[in-house]
Amino acid sequence: MHNLSLTQLAAGLRSKQFSSLELTQSFLNRINSYQQLNAYVTVSSELALQQAEAADRRLASGDATPLTGIPLAQKDIFCTQGIKTSCGSKMLDNFIAPYNATVIDHFNQAGAVMLGKLNMDEFAMGSSNETSFYGPSLNPWATDCVPGGSSGGSAVAVAARLAAAATGTDTGGSIRQPAAHCGITGLKPTYGRVSRYGMIAYASSLDQGGPMARSAEDAALLMQVMAGFDSKDSTSVDQSVPDYSASLNDSLQGLKIGLPKEFFSSDLDSRMASTLLAAVDEYRKLGAEVVEVSMPTLALAIPAYYVIASAECSSNLSRFDGVRFGYRCHSPADLTDLYTRSRGEGFGSEVKRRILMGTYALSAGYYDAYYLKAQQVRRLISEDFKRALNEVDVLMGPVTPSPAFKIGEKTGDPVQMYLSDIYTIAINLAGLPALALPAGFIDDKPVGLQVIGNYFSEAKLLNIGHRYQQVTDWHLQQPHGFE
Amino acid sequence: MHSQWEVVIGLEIHSQLSTHSKIFSGAATAYGAEPNTQACAVDLGLPGVLPVLNQDAVRKAVTFGLAIDAEIAPYSVFARKNYFYPDLPKGYQISQFELPIVGNGHLDIEVDDETKRIGITRAHLEEDAGKSLHEDFQGLTGIDLNRAGTPLLEIVSEPDMRSAKEAVAYMRKLHELVRYLEICDGNMQEGSFRCDANVSVRPKGQAEFGTRTEIKNINSFKFVEKAINYEIERHIDVLEGGGKIVQETRLYDANKDETRSMRSKEEANDYRYFPDPDLLPVFIDPALKDELRSLLPELPEAKKQRFIHQYGQDNESATTLTSSRELADFYEQVVSLAGCEARLATNWMTGDVLGALNKAGLEISESPVSPERLAGLLKRIADNTISGKTAKQVFTLMWGSQDHADSIIEREGLVQMTDTGAIEAIIDAVIAANPVAVEQFQAGKEKALGALVGQIMKQTQGKANPADVNKLLIGKLKP
Repeated sequence: MHNLSLTQLAAGLRSKQFSSLELTQSFLNRINSYQQLNAYVTVSSELALQQAEAADRRLASGDATPLTGIPLAQKDIFCTQGIKTSCGSKMLDNFIAPYNATVIDHFNQAGAVMLGKLNMDEFAMGSSNETSFYGPSLNPWATDCVPGGSSGGSAVAVAARLAAAATGTDTGGSIRQPAAHCGITGLKPTYGRVSRYGMIAYASSLDQGGPMARSAEDAALLMQVMAGFDSKDSTSVDQSVPDYSASLNDSLQGLKIGLPKEFFSSDLDSRMASTLLAAVDEYRKLGAEVVEVSMPTLALAIPAYYVIASAECSSNLSRFDGVRFGYRCHSPADLTDLYTRSRGEGFGSEVKRRILMGTYALSAGYYDAYYLKAQQVRRLISEDFKRALNEVDVLMGPVTPSPAFKIGEKTGDPVQMYLSDIYTIAINLAGLPALALPAGFIDDKPVGLQVIGNYFSEAKLLNIGHRYQQVTDWHLQQPHGFE
Repeated sequence: MHSQWEVVIGLEIHSQLSTHSKIFSGAATAYGAEPNTQACAVDLGLPGVLPVLNQDAVRKAVTFGLAIDAEIAPYSVFARKNYFYPDLPKGYQISQFELPIVGNGHLDIEVDDETKRIGITRAHLEEDAGKSLHEDFQGLTGIDLNRAGTPLLEIVSEPDMRSAKEAVAYMRKLHELVRYLEICDGNMQEGSFRCDANVSVRPKGQAEFGTRTEIKNINSFKFVEKAINYEIERHIDVLEGGGKIVQETRLYDANKDETRSMRSKEEANDYRYFPDPDLLPVFIDPALKDELRSLLPELPEAKKQRFIHQYGQDNESATTLTSSRELADFYEQVVSLAGCEARLATNWMTGDVLGALNKAGLEISESPVSPERLAGLLKRIADNTISGKTAKQVFTLMWGSQDHADSIIEREGLVQMTDTGAIEAIIDAVIAANPVAVEQFQAGKEKALGALVGQIMKQTQGKANPADVNKLLIGKLKP
């Protein structure tokens, strides 16, 4: 039953083909069998079984939702009351939040089952899952390769069927890039669409939670629960939530697709380009019109992103000081020692690197040259997207420059690592929604197509993804050994 | 005294806004709770939590801005002030930096009968930090985060004050204003209204400012005056001794009456301010401004002018009686209930009532004699039932009881003698018994009259009206 879609699982639960308890137990067994993938930081079996029993009662009573009784897993960045929330860091290895993230509350209200908390790059800073305090999660398509990051555990869990679907968060590509590397569907929603309350902040103006699932259809069901205004998040947008499933089958006749020429320049690997252009051809067959567009500011996205994200993270991570919660060094001599050793020992090197960069960018005398300049670039990038999305309905391009790379391949070269998000980062700077779809394979490793839409066009993106998945089967492929 | 030096002072006042909940969380702001019982996840800076702006704090800040005739920013921005301190849970304070909610305004003060306008540069919203507790922890430090997230309005003046006296006058005026506006309880012991003073001196006639020092966290008018005066003396001593003032932050030690260095400019933090991405900019709708303007109470200066005109008060009485909204309201209630001449109420309020309150260390709101009871007393003075002198006696009895003036007058038999025949009989008897005094008076020695009046009053047990006695006596002695 782990191969069924969410819709099929919901139907099976209702027709009593299996109970939520059986379904949950079967996923727990799979998690246990595939521990080597290191997808989970915490498996909350006891809670999951309790939730499954409650879900079975709710199903029997007839007031169930589409996700009632469905075993999901949460990126370990969402605070979960009573269950450890590590954020992939030694700093929070002992942290148990006394509250739930709003997203978690929503899943609980829907009656979903939480199998556990998923591995991730430390504080969501990383593109390979290798910065996790718990070690990298492994890509089930090639276990010597990274799954991508930061939501690597989420992508692995969904690809290897260790959860029916999962959540991720995306600050610069952290949902889309691992989704592409693991052959699943990931949606980064419009900034403000999903509440950030209880989602541990990396870069507050860029962070956005979203669904990671086996198909656009499944992602729509998760998105339905995750989206919505939250009075506890001042940046969440008070706009009604559409029925994401209702428009999945809408016709794509006349859809205008823009291909930014900067995405398909000679820098793009030729096999990647041909795989993606084949996917674009499928859309032509579905009635779409394809035009080339130009977005000259895209090249500025990476430097602007690393200034803004680092600046915000340097401040966001100040609260991890060893005083009130989290890691505290042994027998500090004085206050400065408490701070420096708790933070020095509690944070990993990538987190420290970004805190240092951000602190530098915000320092007196550098602020204008770095932070302000980056904000100006950010505005230019947004305007570029706005212009392009006036001409076309959506933009398409790669998610990543290449399929999943080898574990250890880029850890020694942070800039190379940062460049793996070159196609995703600009979207976060603009606050736009974007979907990553499985679109083929290179050397037996999945390749993702990115579809970028206008603000709050998630329903359209899911529709575009779903129609493609009706005529292709890339999303149905499974990694060998994890069937 | 130091005639060749000119003193320049600017104040930063932290005024705690009297909202029910904190500026970015729903936790209560009440003072004095058990440590850490009024700090929620947001105040503790736990991972993942987010601030949500308390709109009441915004309203109070705008109200203040309107009252000082300031520009209200249509668009203001919260910024993070980054520094590490154990009682600062997030490692940054949410404040406003480049775009504060209240811009340029002013406040008029009076010193030595002269009015002076003090400029207010800006006022911005920010959250308070918690408290570090250094006692009772065996060498460790305790942290109480109840205060963390309490809304503050930081009011920054121009360097317009030229003496400690002016600084105190400004601070008092501001204190009076925030209480009038009911945006701050003004409780200085509890830290609801505290002051940082920037002090410098320069040779008279010099245009540039001297190097300044900042005295942090002074929480009483008296200490502000003392701290500033100490600092002025210190600056002058250093400069006259050929030294230089170091720009630094200093602390005032009230026990030793001195300031001492806390940290110098070189050690100062680089706060790395940047706009807080968790909060949206604050937009002030003109409609909100209009609404709040319509809700503004009568301000102290306007009330004072009205008291002068409406009640015929002199400047001093009007200043005293409008020094707080409660006192002014008390006074106006008494006038209206007693229906007497306003002057009688003014004299009683500024004299007996405030005197008794001062002596007992009470605020007007704690007065044992209510406006109703005081009015009852004034009525009996006005209609000549009792003399002013008797009234003081009655007031003393009222102060210590819940009794009304009328019942005390009746119980104690204090009704003034109005029977002219009876008074005349006593006068005649006293004239007959004091021929020497009578002779002296008639010979032109006016003083002799006082002795006769005194005896008559004594025999009437003070119940006769002294003015009437005077008149009758003179009538009899001056044929």
